[in-house]
Amino acid sequence: MHTVHTGETPDVLLQLLSPEGVRLADADLDPWVADVTGADLAALYQDMVVVRRIDAEATALQRQGELGLWPPLLGQEAAQIGSARALRADDFVFSSYRENAVAWCRGVAPTDILRVWRGTAQSGWDPLVHKMATPSIIIGAQTLHATGWAMGARFDGADSVAVAYFGDGATSEGDVNEALVFAASFQAPVVFFCQNNHWAISEPVGLQARASIAGRAPGFGIPSLRIDGNDILAVTAATRQALHRARTGGGPTFIEAVTYRMGPHTTADDPTRYRPAAELEEWATKDPILRLGRLLDSLGLFTPELESEAQARADATAAELRAGCIGLPDPEPLTVLANVYATPHAGVDRQRAEYAAYLASYDLTGGKA
Amino acid sequence: MTIETVRSSPAPSANGATPVPLTETTTLTLAKAINAGLRQAMLDDPKVVLLGEDIGALGGVFRVTSDLLAEFGPNRVVDTPLAESAIIGTAVGLAYRGYRPVCEIQFDGFIFPGFDQIVSQVARFHYRTQGAVRMPITIRVPFGGGIGAAEHHSESPEAYFTHTSGLRVVAVSNPQDAYSLIQKAIASDDPVLYFEPKRRYHVAGPVSPQPGAALESARVVAAGTDVTLLAYGALVSTATDAALAAADEGISIEVIDLRSLSPIDYGTVEASVRKTGRLVVTHEAARSGGLGGEIIAEVTERCFDYLEAAPVRVTGFDIPYPPAKLESHHLPDLDRMLDGVDRVLGRRR
Repeated sequence: MHTVHTGETPDVLLQLLSPEGVRLADADLDPWVADVTGADLAALYQDMVVVRRIDAEATALQRQGELGLWPPLLGQEAAQIGSARALRADDFVFSSYRENAVAWCRGVAPTDILRVWRGTAQSGWDPLVHKMATPSIIIGAQTLHATGWAMGARFDGADSVAVAYFGDGATSEGDVNEALVFAASFQAPVVFFCQNNHWAISEPVGLQARASIAGRAPGFGIPSLRIDGNDILAVTAATRQALHRARTGGGPTFIEAVTYRMGPHTTADDPTRYRPAAELEEWATKDPILRLGRLLDSLGLFTPELESEAQARADATAAELRAGCIGLPDPEPLTVLANVYATPHAGVDRQRAEYAAYLASYDLTGGKA
Repeated sequence: MTIETVRSSPAPSANGATPVPLTETTTLTLAKAINAGLRQAMLDDPKVVLLGEDIGALGGVFRVTSDLLAEFGPNRVVDTPLAESAIIGTAVGLAYRGYRPVCEIQFDGFIFPGFDQIVSQVARFHYRTQGAVRMPITIRVPFGGGIGAAEHHSESPEAYFTHTSGLRVVAVSNPQDAYSLIQKAIASDDPVLYFEPKRRYHVAGPVSPQPGAALESARVVAAGTDVTLLAYGALVSTATDAALAAADEGISIEVIDLRSLSPIDYGTVEASVRKTGRLVVTHEAARSGGLGGEIIAEVTERCFDYLEAAPVRVTGFDIPYPPAKLESHHLPDLDRMLDGVDRVLGRRR
């Protein structure tokens, strides 16, 4: 039993749900999911089924040449859905590029998630509308943005929380370590949510960390938890606990969600070159969706209706995604020079005028300029 | 730490702080002029916060933020841990929340740990988000040499930033511009690199409370007819002295203070070159890939037919910044500027 998760035992992997779907007790985490109903579990299950389908459909779209690239989240559904569903609408997410299930939870339309990967825009949605920043491709950079946002929340006297999503690879970056220093110094209301999916492209987590990643946080003065990231109840409980601490002036929390990237780093990657098949097979038995399904089954809630409803939602979302993706218009040529600055800039304005004149002179505008 | 209330009126200056708002033209050093501009900006907008190392109780290593902590409190004058990437990166998060952060980078040579956040994040958010997210961040950088300092304390990194689209870049040369342009930089909805000529910090001059020049305008410091001499930052003073010296020889130099390095006010530059037909550009930064080459290329494209001679650069050498006892060889001084003037006039090769 774990009574205190403030960094004293960051090597312990906390679970509320075994891979077999058996509910485990944890005195510290249990209260944070005491109000989770069967309907809530069913909704989380549906979320996970839908985002797995989004992931599969996007991978298919990439294979068919409709997307330039796609970073799958396969295997990380519980870590992302469990944490993101714990957030309030006024919290703010700063993520990496793999948090597509988080974007789903923040209300981003599936088609909008694909814009970046189809290459029609550098940001698929308005960050201020969804309270989720444009995913950071530079590894770990967003953890500083989250910390700054949280510092501002503290200055404002608000009880909103910033959540930084990043991976095990990012923990080697200077920015992540600087973010931990600043968050601790200013007691910023930020949750550092590290998905340790075991692989940073081809580099195993052991190359980034000789000891547990969660174990580093107490050295920064930040309490941490190491949880089973494929256990959606543990993820929900840990995130709620961390959010509560942040909202009530307790400062930052570091969560290491231990999960597994079942797919490639991106569709351009070939994990068979570096990853043993046995490891994949072992993790397949810890699948987050199967696990929650088993719990629901044990509770008598895994009904044919639930399954068919989840499948229907997944199918509908996939169809919307496919049609939306293929229907995304190419941006008009002169948008290449739009929005470089918020206010007029003579240098860029001149280049825009010159390029417009060039396009017009050769009738290259496609009738759009 | 408590949440600070925002002052609506200026504090008494019993602590020796610069009176703000300025009601009449006042003589201030360049450092105090920036201080006064920061104070005014903080009074005008409660979302203006300062971030940096040693900017609180100490007032910054150059005292530019003196007394601001006492007046505005620790939530608006934030002494940060020693991490430049975090100073810039947390400013991004603050900007996401509607703040207007003003980051102080302690010395020019210390900006590079924050370089990635500046060029990969700050500069790009507006473009990346198709205009949804603005980054009204001002990054103050004491720059340039001539103070006999150790390595990393005398650099001129401005070209890295003028090469980065999405950033505005300003270099001030005198107290008046320092006061006006820091406020305009902070008010800008774009990120601004604001370079401060550290060896001119203690030179005093008149500062008027009038709004002053636009952020992107160059200034004709001294009118002339024979040669256009472009400078910015600390070298504006040297260029002005060079023009006085040349006048003794009957050579009329038009000195232009660029002030804005991105964008460059080519209207003012072109008008001058069309008049003089001869252009010299001077900067402390290394020659190769420096602003001088870019300006000369642009001017040549725009007014080739008006040029009487190939434009000339008078710049720092293509070297790492040298030891203090050698920096006088590296930095363009009055004599090297006059040598450049002689070359553009065909009086020397």
